[in-house]
Amino acid sequence: MTTEAILFLIFAIVALATAVLMIIQRNPVMSALYLIANFFCLASLYLLLRAQLLAVLEVVVYAGAIMVLVIFVIMLLNLGDEQKLAERINIRLILGAVLALGFLVELLYLFLFPGAQGLPEQMAPEAATIGTVESMGMSLFGKFLLPFEVTSLLLLAAIVGAVTLAKKQP
Amino acid sequence: MSVPLPYYLGLSAILFVIGVAGVLTRRNAIVVFMCIELMLNAVNLTLVAFSAFLGDITGLTLVFFAMAVAAAEAAVGLAIVISVYRNRRTVNIDEINILKW
Repeated sequence: MTTEAILFLIFAIVALATAVLMIIQRNPVMSALYLIANFFCLASLYLLLRAQLLAVLEVVVYAGAIMVLVIFVIMLLNLGDEQKLAERINIRLILGAVLALGFLVELLYLFLFPGAQGLPEQMAPEAATIGTVESMGMSLFGKFLLPFEVTSLLLLAAIVGAVTLAKKQP
Repeated sequence: MSVPLPYYLGLSAILFVIGVAGVLTRRNAIVVFMCIELMLNAVNLTLVAFSAFLGDITGLTLVFFAMAVAAAEAAVGLAIVISVYRNRRTVNIDEINILKW
């Protein structure tokens, strides 16, 4: 096994474990902490795929900005443990598990069997160069300039919407 | 010798399904919100993997935009949660049914 395969295995297993722990934790703060660990594993996987800028953005934007916002709201609302999650094995839990399992089988079948033909076996040689800040910047400010500018409008709308929604109603 | 593409796709499928299971079973609105973030990240992993194996930068650019949309969604979604909590004193999604009828 190469070093890359070992690293992939470690990060994949930790990512799956933290994701499962996140959805079975009853305390929302613990869920948020496990999600942050999951984001770090995904950032490492991005690095294995040579996407350097996105790995940094994953840590800064997701684990930094978004999760701080989530934890801030959890603290603000002072939420306790979710009551009687474990003992409520009701129709909804069973239905949710069955639906998720069916969806998993479908996705794995799509990805691993018919879709696997004709896909490249090896990472493309240019993979090492397309993930850098330089080439991402050339792409964002060249071919994707209009979507980039529209994103700034979207963020402005989100700021205005968030302030309006969270403001005390007169 | 790199890790084959189907391994990345399979990992991202499993992560996505864990997110789906969380959305379907949890009742705390903020935890449901975090599960949606998990699903977004699983799809981002697929895009990055395809981008690296095909040598095409479009996938990476799409992930960049997906992150911007996720940030906007986080701000608005959490504002809605605060607004609902102020009116109903709960974030349990079983008790928030004002849009149901």
